[in-house]
Amino acid sequence: MSELTLTVMRLGFLAVLWLFVIVAVQVIRSDLFGTRVTQRGSRREAGRQQAARQAPPQQRQQSGGRRGRNTPTKLVVTEGTLTGTTVALQGQTITLGRAHDSTIVLDDDYASSRHARIYPDRDGQWIVEDLGSTNGTYLDRTRLTTPTPISPGAPIRIGKTVIELRK
Amino acid sequence: MSSTSNPSTQHTSTIGAIGAPSRRNTELALLVFAVVIPVFAYANVGLALDDQVPAGLLSYGLGLGLMAGLGHLAVRKFAPYADPLLLPLATLLNGLGLVAIWRLDQSERLQASRTFVEAAPRQLMYSAIGVAFFVAVLFFLKDHRVLQRYTYISMAGALVLLLLPLVPGIGHNVFGARIWIKIPGLGTLQPGEFAKIVLAVFFAGYLMVKRDALALASRRFMGLYLPRGRDLGPIIVVWIISILILVFETDLGTSLLFFGMFVIMLYVATERTSWIVFGLLMSAVGAVGVASFEPHIQTRVQAWLNPEREFDLSRAGVQDGIVHSEQAMQALWAFGSGGTLGSGWGQGHSDLIGFAANSDFILATFGEELGLAGVMALLLLYALIVERGVRTALAARDPFGKLLAIGLSGAFALQVFVVAGGVMGLIPLTGMTMPFLAYGGSSVIANWALIGILLRISDTARRPAPAPVSNPDAEMTQVVRP
Repeated sequence: MSELTLTVMRLGFLAVLWLFVIVAVQVIRSDLFGTRVTQRGSRREAGRQQAARQAPPQQRQQSGGRRGRNTPTKLVVTEGTLTGTTVALQGQTITLGRAHDSTIVLDDDYASSRHARIYPDRDGQWIVEDLGSTNGTYLDRTRLTTPTPISPGAPIRIGKTVIELRK
Repeated sequence: MSSTSNPSTQHTSTIGAIGAPSRRNTELALLVFAVVIPVFAYANVGLALDDQVPAGLLSYGLGLGLMAGLGHLAVRKFAPYADPLLLPLATLLNGLGLVAIWRLDQSERLQASRTFVEAAPRQLMYSAIGVAFFVAVLFFLKDHRVLQRYTYISMAGALVLLLLPLVPGIGHNVFGARIWIKIPGLGTLQPGEFAKIVLAVFFAGYLMVKRDALALASRRFMGLYLPRGRDLGPIIVVWIISILILVFETDLGTSLLFFGMFVIMLYVATERTSWIVFGLLMSAVGAVGVASFEPHIQTRVQAWLNPEREFDLSRAGVQDGIVHSEQAMQALWAFGSGGTLGSGWGQGHSDLIGFAANSDFILATFGEELGLAGVMALLLLYALIVERGVRTALAARDPFGKLLAIGLSGAFALQVFVVAGGVMGLIPLTGMTMPFLAYGGSSVIANWALIGILLRISDTARRPAPAPVSNPDAEMTQVVRP
């Protein structure tokens, strides 16, 4: 084998190895730039998130039936250890509590294992219901006794955690 | 419901990706790439050594491809939402390891030694068993939270695994480290590699329950949170165990690995920096204390501090009751002669290291033949595996899964650091294997199982929430409401 061929192969191999590393990093790029962590960030990224959000409306109409303009699209944790967590609202029931199979697992001494749930009724109105928790669920300042509709922006307090529904 | 086709927005955590969570096609493409690279390297070695494409190229390529394909099918079937990168990264490292081992098999210098055996075919077999373990983990472990039930059983299991090499009759002492056991008819096994995984399960289960006590019940002193005495119990017990491993099995690496893993998990569970400070202090005290009277470890420290002198003493055949090691210096020479771009596959002289060239010192072969550029790429591949593990931990919704993922990836990272640091002369050399690259059945099998568990956790974490089933509960509630 000539010296030249071997040199070419040697450099070629290193190039291919690095190409793999670069491709692998490209694959995880979405972790860095394609996440919906917060609403902050550059305008371009906001545009991307907008674009990504274009897809759901169709299905939302199918699944949710009649829905007004004021339908919240996401649930945001605004206080407590999980601050910043968002859950997209797509017609599914969201359970809150310390149980590990809850949608939002609360890490809070004042939360019961199955504390509360948030679900849409037939009209697409989101309802919060306390599931017989020990320390109660508060909507604004009132302790819940019956399933109650949530108005957008109203804080729901469970122990040290506060969540809100937002558009 | 149509939302199953585009469930990208259903992640609970803040770091859910926008793209479709199932990225199996990406994984497949990367896997093909990850099989092609080692085949290229294999052909390159043959061309450099004998001027011809090696005869085993087809069977080797097919073997690696088959393993990768089986792994991929298993992931597609049993963990469809799992991380797309872990499997290709592991396959690539395993494939490159096989090439390097085969390349060292071709060395006439090593063939002349008394203990020579063709290592590459065995390693291929071990890798196949490893992939079988990987598939088995995905198949049997449908939910990683099941492991939580076995918290204390895992503790007992890990202790048994760690103590096995000390049992007379089963234990097997190889070159001063007593970390192997002999299974009649099957060969030797390094139970420490498996104990790593089992111990992570125990730590995760234990810390999940105790972390509040460990985090909150503390006094603040000089900017550090001092935990209560009784909460220090577990860390002291683990410390003592790792010291005992160090003393009786003279295995610095394993002891460092377990203690380090525990400290990492404690830190993640409690968010208290003080644990890291304590951990570093305790491991320093332990290591210095043991090194002051354990000759096997003194040898390693000497070889680390004065590699050149030790090399000369060993070559001169000085007999003063201390074993002088030449390998540390040889490994440094190998890295040095590799330079930036390396000598090219098959054209280095890392076989001069002789003993353990294809296991503990395999990184030196890569250092010489691929150079700094190649070693950096390898380390990045390892870093990516660790990154994916940590990312899995971040995305996991249950604390047990979080802790287990962080423990496993932390152990993986520590192992890479301990081996790479040892071979490059940053820390004293310890008898551990580079995950996936080095020759050794236990290591390959255990690491494939580790990747399997990580994939399982990441599948659970990235799986979209179940499709909204038009909520029968909600309707019932409304009927009941007055």
